[in-house]
Amino acid sequence: MSRLKILALLPLAAALSGCNYIVLAPAGDIAAQQRDLVIISTVLMLLIVVPVMGLTVLFAWRYRQSNKSARYEPDWDHSTKLELVIWSAPLLIIVCLGALTWMGTHLLDPYRTLGRINAERAVDQAKAPLEVDVVALDWKWLFIYPDYGVATVNDLAAPVDRPINFRITASSVMNSFYIPALAGQIYAMPGMETKLHAVVNHAGTYKGFSANYSGAGFSGMHFAFHGLDDKGFDAWIASAKSAGGSLGRAEYLQLEKPSQNEPVRRYGTVDADLYRLILNMCVETGKMCQSEMMAIDAKGGLGHDGLNNTLPLAYDKYARRGTALGGEPTFVAGTCTPDAPQGQTTADIKAPSDATPLLGAGLKRPSFTPLKSSSFFLGQRPKSDS
Amino acid sequence: MSPDLLKLIFGRLGIESLPLHEPIVVGTFVVVALGGITLLGGLTYFRLWGYLWREWFTTVDHKRIGIMYMILGIVMLLRGFADALMMRGQQMLAFGGSEGYLNAHHYDQVFTAHGVIMIFFVAMPLVTGLMNYVVPLQIGARDVSFPFLNNFSFWMTVGGAVLVMASLFIGEFARTGWLAYPPLSNIGYSPDVGVDYYIWALQVAGVGTTLSGINLICTIVKLRCPGMTMMRMPVFTWTSLCTNVLIVASFPVLTVVLALLSLDRYVGTNFFTNDFGGSPMMYVNLIWIWGHPEVYILVLPAFGIFSEVTSTFSGKRLFGYTSMVYATVVITILSYLVWLHHFFTMGSGASVNSFFGITTMIISIPTGAKMFNWLFTMYRGRIRFELPMMWTIAFMLTFVVGGMTGVLLAVPPADFVLHNSLFLIAHFHNVIIGGVVFGAFAGIGYWFPKAFGFKLDPFWGKLSFWFWVTGFYLAFMPLYVLGLMGVTRRLRVFDDPSLQIWFIIAAIGAGLVFLGIICMLVQFAVSFLRREQLKDVTGDPWDARTLEWATSSPPPAYNFAFTPVVHDNDAWWDMKKRGYQRPLTGFKPIHMPSNTGTGIILAGFATAMGFGLIWYIWWLAAASFIAMLVVGIGHTFNYHRDFDIPADDVIRTEDARTKLLAGAK
Repeated sequence: MSRLKILALLPLAAALSGCNYIVLAPAGDIAAQQRDLVIISTVLMLLIVVPVMGLTVLFAWRYRQSNKSARYEPDWDHSTKLELVIWSAPLLIIVCLGALTWMGTHLLDPYRTLGRINAERAVDQAKAPLEVDVVALDWKWLFIYPDYGVATVNDLAAPVDRPINFRITASSVMNSFYIPALAGQIYAMPGMETKLHAVVNHAGTYKGFSANYSGAGFSGMHFAFHGLDDKGFDAWIASAKSAGGSLGRAEYLQLEKPSQNEPVRRYGTVDADLYRLILNMCVETGKMCQSEMMAIDAKGGLGHDGLNNTLPLAYDKYARRGTALGGEPTFVAGTCTPDAPQGQTTADIKAPSDATPLLGAGLKRPSFTPLKSSSFFLGQRPKSDS
Repeated sequence: MSPDLLKLIFGRLGIESLPLHEPIVVGTFVVVALGGITLLGGLTYFRLWGYLWREWFTTVDHKRIGIMYMILGIVMLLRGFADALMMRGQQMLAFGGSEGYLNAHHYDQVFTAHGVIMIFFVAMPLVTGLMNYVVPLQIGARDVSFPFLNNFSFWMTVGGAVLVMASLFIGEFARTGWLAYPPLSNIGYSPDVGVDYYIWALQVAGVGTTLSGINLICTIVKLRCPGMTMMRMPVFTWTSLCTNVLIVASFPVLTVVLALLSLDRYVGTNFFTNDFGGSPMMYVNLIWIWGHPEVYILVLPAFGIFSEVTSTFSGKRLFGYTSMVYATVVITILSYLVWLHHFFTMGSGASVNSFFGITTMIISIPTGAKMFNWLFTMYRGRIRFELPMMWTIAFMLTFVVGGMTGVLLAVPPADFVLHNSLFLIAHFHNVIIGGVVFGAFAGIGYWFPKAFGFKLDPFWGKLSFWFWVTGFYLAFMPLYVLGLMGVTRRLRVFDDPSLQIWFIIAAIGAGLVFLGIICMLVQFAVSFLRREQLKDVTGDPWDARTLEWATSSPPPAYNFAFTPVVHDNDAWWDMKKRGYQRPLTGFKPIHMPSNTGTGIILAGFATAMGFGLIWYIWWLAAASFIAMLVVGIGHTFNYHRDFDIPADDVIRTEDARTKLLAGAK
């Protein structure tokens, strides 16, 4: 018995030891509002859960077999009034909770730009928010500050009370970008962009991590998030700038290779186009960007010729590999022309300049042969090793 | 031999596929191999193979198949729980720079296998087994609609379990989490056999589950005895019907989504890849369109069990039968409209998220109504605290907590901070252990005397109960706390030393649950040894209410010598009240289905085909597939499908029962 008592005391001891209930005591306004919703909904539900638990114990005790003084009505099995109560009581709670959910979900939509800094202050529209591009890599986080031209790995900072606009993507598998102190999480997915708007209200260093299992190095995929005052933030940016090093396409391809428990890295300069290329999965030169592909498809697509517009895949994050019964792995070759050579920043390609050769409903077959234009790359890229 | 020839014969299976470098796996293998050799040797020594083959493996009797499902579920529970203990141990130790004792390669398999095994090969067989055993008896039928199909379904489930177990010693299991989200599960990031084991284990078992669903729907719709209208069916039969409707409507989705994933992995299609227009988000949607109904597939039969148990042990009609039935049907329908709540964080718009959040909350209304119905069944009853009733009370107190945290997670902004955290883990273990597992144990305790003719030993049962319940709370309440501290799931090592105490408590809880499982196994052994003292001669040891208690314990092969006629929804209670007299004469031959070995043979070939496909042993896959076709077509020429139990045998059985009953008085 005494051992049981000690066991019962354990959680208490642990609770007293000063644990950090970060979800319940966050440092950012969005997370704080989400915390409020957690608490309000719990209290709403306790209104019905506590009576049910109480009644369970009460009835179980009162109507035990040995209690002959309790009434026994073996055939009593219906009461319209009671039925009304037992259906409408949960219904009422859910109506309240549903209304709360509808409003809360819209107000705290991660895609929604912030309206307030905290409960007292509205956002100053004159001041630009901090833009941060986030890329989940295997297994580390890359943060690009487009306005400052710097990038970091596994280290993120933002000035206190300045709204942050995150644009989030991933290089290979699905992750989830989560800083519990700042705001709720959102998935980071390859070839897709998710958004998060948040603001940090209290200076401090908080933990951020991936909240979606992504493979062997998942446990080490965390970073520090610093909420800094303006001066501190400028110093942080300056330290990144002075760190030297530049992050271009080649360096990124090196960086994105799987590695575990990466230390913090800083890059003083960063290819301004890099995030767009990562998002469109065309950091490797010669690969067609998704934005381009979608623009072509929106015009009707390349038709059968599109099938020829692929090249054998020579670069792969782990190894060059295909499937047991399928063909060789390939990728869609870029259709850009030699005057926008690889390795250089290209303008954002929205659509081909000349749409006439494209195939679509009612259009005649094109004379457009993508392979010809991409043979430029074929000529100089190394032969695949198989 | 040349490498090409080796590759042709063994595919990618080689000596290096055996995990000889993992001491834990080798140790497990030695223990399992010794146990297996002892078991097989014992069976051979006692010449039990013929008996097992004739009476069990080839049986088409729904009762025996039900029992075999339960055995499968309990055996797999031991494996799944061993995985749980390993995880708890790892997370308890891996602090302060310690790597724990499992590397990522092993740990990631362990948590994937734990989820897959517990859902597909523990919870599903336990639930299916109970439905298989009880439903035909409750509706006064002699067997299910398609007895051979029932045998085949069971062996397909076993086939899936065999593949999962094989992955432990030959190659490896998936390292993707139990739902194998692409792109991680696609060939680019999981080129090994793990995901293929996952796919083919679930495909083989899924065939069994789907067919068993069709079988039970037919049975319930077509084989009810005279007088049993839909609204006179016992609630367990109702929940079974709804569950099987869910199975038939949702398992094909799983089959298709896994088939698409295998096309991606085998022939290089791009359904779920990052490139060429593939969309991993489609996989996530599809798998949860199956996955959410799956939750209700498991919990609805448990609700049925609690209804039967509460009513029986309160000595009282079930309160609000009609609203109970409608609540079940509403849950069945709504369970298809909530799948997106598993990924609010994937970036859907606020309106979509709110829609799915609110539909999820709406499910709590009929569930709440059910809870009240059980409460008011107890109200003004005479409650006997036998073990099944104790599990029911534990369920009612535990499940409301799980339900509450579930509704909390259905509020999208709350989910944004709690999604994938240990809070979520605590939530679903709270409802699955508190609901499904407690329900299965209540069902086992309740129907065990029916199946074997003696009650379970209450002392070891109560010991097991208290270990399980306290163990559950100690294991999972800390996870709620950790979730509120922002700790996410599937982590292998931790930095923050202040978290360690909670993982230690959780590990202690898991240890208590382990004792609970041990006590349960001891309970079975002790009950078997004390079977004479615990004997049930009346066939109705609990003074129960539904038809299965009208026949003997265990029931004869034909269940009922005469098909009962029903006038009330508590049919047997009504018969007892009216002074029902068992017919003693007028017995006729009874027409029954014959045993067949086709089911186990077909499933064996299906498993071999799965193994061939996993290891790229194409000849084996092709040969097994052809063999399946040949055996399947061959079976259509089997004209010895049925026989008549002679009237003399029926008379002998029934006379023996008459004597027993007279002795009991």
